[in-house]
This record gives sequence, C-alpha cells and structure tokens, in this order.
Amino acid sequence: MITFITSAISIGMVFLYGCVGEILTEKAGHLNLGIPGIMCMGTAGGCLFISWYMNSVTISNTFFLWLFLVLVAILGAALFGALGGLIYSFLTVTLKSNQNITGLALTIFGAGFGQFIMDQYVNRIKFSQASVLIKSSLPFADNLGWFGEIFLSHGIFVYLAIAIAIVAAVLLKKTAVGLNLRAVGENPATADAEGINVTKYKYGAILTGSAIAGLGGVYYIMDYIGGSWENSSTIEGLGWLAIALVIFTMWKPDLSIIGSIIFGALYIASNYIIGISFAQMKLLKLLPYVITVIVLIVTSIIGKKETQPPASLGVNYFREDR
Amino acid sequence: MEKNFAVVFQNITKRFGQVVANNNINFGVKKGEILSLLGENGSGKTTLMNMLSGIYFPDDGKIFINGEEALIASPIDAFKYKIGMIHQHFKLVDIFTASQNVVLGLKEKYNLKSVDTRVAEIADRYGFEIDPKKKIYDMSVSEKQTVEIIKVLYRGADILILDEPTAVLTPQETQKLFAVLRKMRADGKSIIIITHKLNEVMEISDRVAILRKGEYITTVDTSATNEKELTEYMVGKKVDLKIERVATDFDRPLLEIRNLTIDKDDGSRAIDDVDFYIRGGEILGVAGIAGCGQKELCEAIAGLRPIKRGNIMHMGEDIVGLSSKEIIEKGISMSFIPEDRLGMGLAPSFSITDNMMLKTYRDNKGIFVDRESARKRAQALIEKLDIVTPSTETPVRRLSGGNVQKVLVGREVESNPNVIITAYPVRGLDINSSYLIYDILNEQKKKGTGILFIGEDLDVMLALCDKIMVLCHGKNMGIVHAAKVTKEDLGLMMTGSRDLTERTDKEYGKAKDSNLTEEEWQAAERSAEEEGENERN
Repeated sequence: MITFITSAISIGMVFLYGCVGEILTEKAGHLNLGIPGIMCMGTAGGCLFISWYMNSVTISNTFFLWLFLVLVAILGAALFGALGGLIYSFLTVTLKSNQNITGLALTIFGAGFGQFIMDQYVNRIKFSQASVLIKSSLPFADNLGWFGEIFLSHGIFVYLAIAIAIVAAVLLKKTAVGLNLRAVGENPATADAEGINVTKYKYGAILTGSAIAGLGGVYYIMDYIGGSWENSSTIEGLGWLAIALVIFTMWKPDLSIIGSIIFGALYIASNYIIGISFAQMKLLKLLPYVITVIVLIVTSIIGKKETQPPASLGVNYFREDR
Repeated sequence: MEKNFAVVFQNITKRFGQVVANNNINFGVKKGEILSLLGENGSGKTTLMNMLSGIYFPDDGKIFINGEEALIASPIDAFKYKIGMIHQHFKLVDIFTASQNVVLGLKEKYNLKSVDTRVAEIADRYGFEIDPKKKIYDMSVSEKQTVEIIKVLYRGADILILDEPTAVLTPQETQKLFAVLRKMRADGKSIIIITHKLNEVMEISDRVAILRKGEYITTVDTSATNEKELTEYMVGKKVDLKIERVATDFDRPLLEIRNLTIDKDDGSRAIDDVDFYIRGGEILGVAGIAGCGQKELCEAIAGLRPIKRGNIMHMGEDIVGLSSKEIIEKGISMSFIPEDRLGMGLAPSFSITDNMMLKTYRDNKGIFVDRESARKRAQALIEKLDIVTPSTETPVRRLSGGNVQKVLVGREVESNPNVIITAYPVRGLDINSSYLIYDILNEQKKKGTGILFIGEDLDVMLALCDKIMVLCHGKNMGIVHAAKVTKEDLGLMMTGSRDLTERTDKEYGKAKDSNLTEEEWQAAERSAEEEGENERN
C-alpha cells in the first residue's frame, strides 16, 4: 500500500507539471492542446543539457554535482518548453490563428522534435548515474517509516512541482498580476480598456506555462523511469492526461496537487491488482478520462461560474476597431 | 478660453472612411453642471464622447480640459485628465467581485480589504447601495452600472460621461441614479449624459447640447426650453425623399399579434404587451430608438426566440412554438441586417449559389444537392438586382456591403413569402442601392405580401410605409398613418413623451376584420396562458 501511494505521487507529478502549465495558459484564455508536444520538447531539452553536462563536467563534490545537474535539467527543459510556447503564442496571440489547430499541430511537431533530439543528439551513457542523482532523496527519509517513504523519499523535482503549484495558486488568487491575468482570460476587452497589456499577459502566461510543462517531461525520464528512453508516445499520452486533469481540478492549481495524485493512482492501479486480465488493465487506465467526464457533467449541471473554464477560453482577442 | 468650462470642443471633426460622424463640433461643458447630449441614432453622440474618453482621436479640432488644450490619445490619457466614461455595454469581469473589478488594472498595492473600504466610502458619499464583495454575475443591471460608476470615481474622475445610463433601468432605479448624479454635481463634478428620453433630459440636466446627423445644432438652457422645441432641434425638418408609396388594396390581416411580451437575453423586457397586425399589400414600419426590442421582435416572429406571453397568428393559425423551418414553410420570411451586416442570414465564405441553396436544399430530390438550378437562380438574382460580383461562385464576404444586402433581401423575396419581416435592409447602403431595395419591397407589396419594415431613418419610413408603429422601450406608443403624421410626432413618441395608446379609447393594433372571432381570440389567449403556467410549474 505504501509503495502504491508513493508511486502514485511519483507519476502524479508528471501530470501536475503539465496541468499547472496548462492552467496558467488557459487562465490567459488560450487552450493549448500543444502541451503533450511541449512536454516532449521539454524532455528533449532537459536530456540534451544533461547529456552535455554529464559528459563534459567533472565535479567531485556530490552535492555540487547534484545541484548543477538539477539546475541544468531545469534550464534545458524550461527553455525548450518555452520555445514550444513561443511558437504557440506567436501563432495564436500575434497571428490569431485557431488555437485548437495550432495546439494539435504543435503536439505532433513536439513529439517528432523530441524523438529526433533524443535519438540524434542525446548521449545516454551516463543517464542512469544522472538519474540516481536526480532521484536522491532527503538523507533522513529512511528513518521515518511509512511517513518518510510516502512524503520524503522523492527527488527534488517532486517538491518543485508541488511548490510551483502552490505558487501558481497564490499568484492567481492573491496578487494583482493574478487578477489581471484572470481578467485577460475572462474578458480581454475589459482588461484592455483598463490599460492592461493583454498581449504581454498572454505571452507571459503561455511561455511560463509551457516552461513548467516542459519540466514534467524531463522529470518523467530522469526521475520516474530512471533515465531510460523508448519514444515520445508515452510522454505524449501523459500530456493528454495532464490536460484532462485541468478540467478535473476545475482550473485550480492547489486542487490539482491532490488531483494529480488521484490520476497517478488510477494510472498505476492496474500494476498493483493481482490477477487482472489485460483488457481489465486497459479499462483501468481509462478511468482518469471517465472521471474527468463525470466532473464535467457535474460542474455543468451545478453551473457555478467559479467551476467553469475562463469565459474567453479558446477565443482569440481582436481589439475592436472601426 | 473661459476658465469655468471643464471641457470645450473646438471644431472637432471625425470621419470614418467616407462617412463624417462629427463635423465641426463646437460647445463646452461647465464645471459642476449636468449637460445632456441629445440626438437621434447616428447623430454622432457616442463618437464624440469616445473622442473625449480616448477611444477615438479626432481628425481635426481641439479639446480643452479646464482651459488647457488636451491630447487624449488613449483611455489612459483620459484617466490622467480625470475623464471617466460609463459605457452602455458594461466592461466588467463576471466572476470578479465589485472591488476586484474596481481595482483591475490599477498600479497600486493589491489589498482587497482597503479597496472594499474605499468602495464603501465612495458609495456612502454619493448615496449608492453596493456590496463590494458581491460577484458581478449575481448583480442586477443597475448594480452593475453602480460598479461602473464607482470604478470611474475610484480612479478620481471629475468629468463623467454616461452613455444612455437609463436605457436599462426601471423608473425607480433611474430616480436613484439621478439623486446620485445631483450629489456628484454638488460635489463639483461635470457630468455629460447621453439620453434619448426627453422627460429625463428636462428633469436632470442644466443645459442640453443637440447633435443632428453629425452636426452640432445648438446648446440651450433646460429651463428655457420644452420637449417640443428639443424634438424639433433633434429631428430637423422633413426631407422629401421621393420614395414611391405604392397604393394597393389592402387584404385581410396576414399576421396578427396580440399581447406579445418577449424578454431579452439578459432577462430584461424587450417587447412589452404589444398588439399589431399586418395586412397583405401593406408596409408597416416600426420606428424606435436602437435596442427597443426590434431584434427580439424579429426573432420571435421567425421562431428563433421563445416568447413570454401572447399570440402570433398567421392567417388565423397560431405559430407560437413552431420551429423556424415550419414558419418559413408557412411563407414568413425574415431578414435582419445587424450592425456588422454579415452576422445574420448569410454564410460569409459561401458563394451566392451556396447561400441561395441554404434555404432551398430541403426541396431537393435525391441525396445530392442541385447546384445547377441554384446557380441559375443566383444568376437571375445578380442580373435583376444589379449585384456587382465576379461570378456566382464568389464568396459573399468578398462582396461590398450593399451587394451582400441585395443577396440577402433578394433571396428572401425569391422564396415567394406572404409575409416579409425586414430589419434595417438599407443599413449602410448608398442611395441607389437603397432605392433598389425599396423597389423590391414595393413590388412585393403589389403582389399582396405583408411587410414589416424595421427602420432607422424616419424620413424613409414616412415616405415608404403605409402605417408606422412606434416602440419605446418595448412598449407600443401607437400606430399612425404615415401620410398623416409628422416627424416631430414620431420623435415625441419614440422618446416616450407621447403615448397615443393612452389617449384614445380605440383598441390599438387589433384588426376589426380579424381572421378570428373575439371568442376564438379569447380561447387562444387562454390556451397560451395555460401553456405559460405549465412551463412555470
């Protein structure tokens, strides 16, 4: 049971990165279906930087080796994720192209791009070593029994995900920047009339959101599966679940911490139930989507405005001019 | 420049393409006064105020604020000059509280508690009632308006512009608003209020400035004028347009409407207990200030909008509750030209041929649509109406506005309707195209079709229509013979100063030779009411 919860948290964080990134984007009124692709790009960026770092730098001090490794991974993933976000925002914010089409195209592009970089430019010789480092947990976690295992045995990226989600929640709820951002996603014309730079906010939210989503990819490869790599499709699949999680958590970053762990639990549940058939296993993996649909139905019936998507989600903003 | 003027417009001119929206406007607003800006639709009031609030920039002329020349290039500049505009369409974020909306976009420390307090202070000072923590979507229209006004005051505005603030308010709410405005005036603020309602102009303002068709007419002291004089300034003298009014023998009523009540999307009343009828071979005009329920009336008759109460009888048959398709099959055609002119009725990226088929594809036999006959009909339409287009296959959105309208009206006429509902068919058209549309309508009238013509230009309606119904805030102000009425009369009725339905004992809008007997009407009314009750339960 304890291993189950621990693994649920581990895989859940992949969803959490994607989900918080997508929430920030959607709060600006943009539905970014390119998130799965952006997560693949983040994977590629993070792994590329790690590969350079591991093969060229020699630091004997384990702490500094770990610290720079983590920073380099974050930098690469965020940079490549933001690059995907830049493509998306240039097309949808500046050129005002259709958000759904742009997003889907970006997902297809991102998956291919990630695959290409991983296969051609990333040297994975020292990846298992890097993975062990990235995964390394707090030194006293082993001494605290089940509590230590569930909450303290994770690598730094797990805590980073939770920290980002909390910061995002506070930002949206408690600050003027959050208020302005939400106004942009709800009613851009009003925001514009109040002197808020709509374009700047949209770019800011999409780029930041994409950078965060990119971290999810590198976390999955380097921490969750221990540095091995097959192809982009697994990460792409996880990206779609992250988008479903946005709906499940009703656009709230704080709720998405719990939501991501629930999604994580459902995602891995089939591995922990003994005597399950292959078909049943596949059915279990469907559950996150099923409960997302249920949440959609319930919130739509209740019809409370706070649980609905931002009012201008998916609608590009044209300033009214005659 | 005189020091006691808060705002002075000097030779202000604004053009949109060929259209001159404001031509050489000269007048001023004193400090601590309420000035009404009066004018018909399209007289340039809102354009002028948008220049003061930084949405448009004048092509020519100067604006002086407190005696000094001001360059107002954006809404942020307008804030700097302490100018605040309360628009007709509220600019509020629905899921935010009143305070959150007030503080939105301000570069001050974000502390909702202190905003709440200051909002409450402003409310106290001027006598508003507002809960700073209430969400906008829970608010009534008048509460939303209050938030808009507080938003402007919070930013320190000394010059307030209100664009038709009473259009959405009940009489009681209007009185409350006026009390607030008087307190602001006492506080030294200058207020410009755009309104169409003459009784309110007389009640609230110190002076009245009048615009007509983009020209500044005059400014008068409210105490030295009366409603009749203001109406004359506003509508001007009658212009003879030489539009032919074809004489026909009127048939029996085709469409009879009684007790019709319709709500707008926001739940307010659009049409309030209106009776009227249209005979075959008759053009009934509908006059009224923009947004007086014209759109909702069209949609209700065409079956696109549910009605609250009442009966719509087409040749003695109730058409309430029928689908729009069934209503079209009965021969009722509706064409509505919205402000953007492409919004309703035509698919912009479809060709003329495809748009012709939109209404007739159901008559097709077999599984494939019959493009050939549609193309022939499109070609015939192009020749008949002189539509300028490279071919029948050019997407409609590439045609000019006038040609688009010809396609729309032409298609509606082509389906051989017996009732035509047409709203603003000549909106934005040049003179020649307008006359072509009038000719189409007159031709239909000769054929015995009943036409409901919803228009903007009173001169046109006086010349074209047989009778004119005047709406004021959804209420029928009376139905008059176009040949016997003056423009001033219509103006007084449109602004609610004159209500003919109250003056006579005559039953307005009920045909003597109705298709139904009185008993049948009563039965229909009863069944409509029962249905309404069932829905409520």
